[in-house]
Amino acid sequence: MLRYTVKRLGSLLASLVVASLVIFACIEVVPGDPASFMLGINAQPDTVAALREELGLNRAPHERYFAWVGGLVTGDFGTSYTYRSPVSEIVVERLAISLPLAIYALSLTILVAFPVGILAATRRGSLTDISVMATTQLGVAIPNFWFALLMVLIFAVKLRWFSAGGFPGWDAGFLAAVKALTLPAIALALPQASILARVMRSSLLDTLSEDYIRTARAKGLTGRQALRRHALRNALIPVLTIIGLQFSFLLAGAIIIENVFFLPGLGRLVFQAISQRDLIVVESVVMLLVFAVIIVNFLVDLAYAWVDPRLRSRT
Amino acid sequence: MTLLDIHNLALSIHGTPILKGISLDIAPGEVCGVIGESGSGKSLTALSAMQLLPEGSDCSGRITIAGRDVLSMRESELCRMRGADVGMVFQEPMTALNPVQTIGHQVAETILIHEGTSKTEAMSRAAETLARCELPQSRFPLDRFPHELSGGQRQRVVIAIAIALGPKLLIADEPTTALDVTTQAEILSLLRRLVDEDGMGLMLISHDLAVVTGLADDVFIMKDGEVVERRTARTLHRDMTHPYTKALFEASGHQPDRTESRIEESILKVENVSRDYLLPRRTFLGAHPTMRAVDDVRFEIRRGECVGLVGESGCGKSTLTRAILGLEPVQEGRITLDGRDVFTEPDVRRKMQVVFQDPFGSFNPRHRVARLVSEPFHRLKRSATSDEVDEALTSVGLAPEDKYKYIHEFSGGQRQRIAIARALIIRPELIILDEAVSALDVSIRAQILDLLVDLSVTYGLTYLFITHDLTVVRSIADRILVMHAGRIVEQGNTDDVFETPRDAYTRRLLDSAPKLPV
Repeated sequence: MLRYTVKRLGSLLASLVVASLVIFACIEVVPGDPASFMLGINAQPDTVAALREELGLNRAPHERYFAWVGGLVTGDFGTSYTYRSPVSEIVVERLAISLPLAIYALSLTILVAFPVGILAATRRGSLTDISVMATTQLGVAIPNFWFALLMVLIFAVKLRWFSAGGFPGWDAGFLAAVKALTLPAIALALPQASILARVMRSSLLDTLSEDYIRTARAKGLTGRQALRRHALRNALIPVLTIIGLQFSFLLAGAIIIENVFFLPGLGRLVFQAISQRDLIVVESVVMLLVFAVIIVNFLVDLAYAWVDPRLRSRT
Repeated sequence: MTLLDIHNLALSIHGTPILKGISLDIAPGEVCGVIGESGSGKSLTALSAMQLLPEGSDCSGRITIAGRDVLSMRESELCRMRGADVGMVFQEPMTALNPVQTIGHQVAETILIHEGTSKTEAMSRAAETLARCELPQSRFPLDRFPHELSGGQRQRVVIAIAIALGPKLLIADEPTTALDVTTQAEILSLLRRLVDEDGMGLMLISHDLAVVTGLADDVFIMKDGEVVERRTARTLHRDMTHPYTKALFEASGHQPDRTESRIEESILKVENVSRDYLLPRRTFLGAHPTMRAVDDVRFEIRRGECVGLVGESGCGKSTLTRAILGLEPVQEGRITLDGRDVFTEPDVRRKMQVVFQDPFGSFNPRHRVARLVSEPFHRLKRSATSDEVDEALTSVGLAPEDKYKYIHEFSGGQRQRIAIARALIIRPELIILDEAVSALDVSIRAQILDLLVDLSVTYGLTYLFITHDLTVVRSIADRILVMHAGRIVEQGNTDDVFETPRDAYTRRLLDSAPKLPV
């Protein structure tokens, strides 16, 4: 197990280095000079040149790469061109919304998808199964921003249980903050839970037809015991893969929902930074997201090994 | 008193009748063999006794185990019965165990769910049971996972699961079919010992007459969902009366009518061939350790011969086959077909074709037979004419109209005929038969063997017949190569090798093979 973990850690570091190089190279070739963009189209050439100097845009690429990576490692993400404040502060501020939102949405996803998927698999072909399949099909098909608007109409405008948008900040109290994130989390979780429930169902159906389930029944286990003790853990492997992908998506892919609910999250930050050529913010946030994705994949790999002993002993 | 009594059992699945009035009984301490070909209903008879039938099944008749009526039991009563009163062993040991649980856990589970013992107590009884099944703790601790064991060892774990609570009845459904002959002999003697020690009844299901008659007291012959004959095993070969039993016997030891017609000119030459595989590194950046799968193998095959290559799984025969076909590079040695190197002159490969074991997996289900059969023509850079397809199909006993059909419309035996037609169509000189009859029922196997003999005469074919089945190889091969751990340990004329084996491994192999009474 230790050997496996060390190997996964090694590949994690390698991925990070490669990712940072790719991100840096991409930003280098993006058209548009941040300095002239910040100063507007009427700026004097010498003012632009002075700003370029100040921002360090005149240094050689490799110098800038190492300065950037060195900064990342020590927690110094540089200063935003547009906000004129440290990128790390901006990111932490946004992350305080996006990370809880992603975790909230993913928890809802798992809480709904697992029981629903298991129920559908154990009653294959029944009315329950058919309605689960139909509902999840709908859940995948409905655009989540439309579903979000619908929820705003019902729960905020009509029933007035929730506010229609905005975020009071964590200072306003834990419950108030969680309440503000509830509708967005549900909107994000709907399609994800639908996908995950379907994956859970089909994975469990595959597992239930395995020979070892028959062995378990021949031992005298009831269908339910065989499911709990033998099928579930084996069915988890493809499900874990999907959960890993979903978390990465939820962290940065919430941009539309953030807009619907006026949430100042990471997705909106990247969107604004790109349109304002605030490349240092883009670079840092993208790197951060890559880091998050790689960490999540690492955790998923560890979870695989926890589930499946065959991976642990592989050298 | 009888232990298992099945009386007039009928079973239908989704309205299709499967079993028709089966009657069968087993006494304590008795081994009862159930013999039948695929689709005869022997497995479903066993599953009926356990009431582990597929959905949509409907049973009628009477099944009693130790006097209790199984068909009227509630599910909870059935669960208490399964594992405690009746244990079951299945065919495929590779998939019968949960891959994510330790073997100790899986054996202990049988004890835990039926008796309210502590986990420690269950684990120590699991250890004892595994030791009884010849998996001692010193070499196979309880925390082993199934993937760390071989097929034979896994089957011992499955048997340990089944006998952990000392059931009165053990049902073994093709318990050795997926195993090598030497392992098969060990598992069969283990079953015999357990039956003798515990006084269990054993229902042994198999398609293999020799396996069953070697172990069973009574045998039941099944065909199309019915028991057609019941006899004492020892005297079955003398007392049998039903034509199907006789046909089965004849087919099991079937000797195709063959006259040797070899010419003293070699067609295939394998000279000092070795093949190494790289294993994963042990240390970071360390050198790859290697595993020698084929070790300094040399032999030749003369034109018109049928040479048998025998060996157990993992002995290197598949690697050698792929090397001969030019599909696998070798580290040392040379393989020539008609004097031309199969690696440097790939053109020569059109003179050989191969027929594989699995008649279900080796065809693209979306293509019609005509296209499947004419596949080898890509080597000739032209397409097959309709006449050529017709002739290939006719020569293997199919009709020319069959070329418009899809593969799922054919039975296993017919598919194997199509595979042979596909190999024949470009008129090769050498055909490699890689376990080509192993998946077939004995009666179909006999037909295919006859067909192969006929074709070798008609087309002057040379065969390399690769198999683990000694009976088959004896009936068809002129010469035999015995392979063990990557080496050819013995080669010679079939009768010489069978009657006076020189190598210790060959002798062990021959001793392990189940034999039909004569």
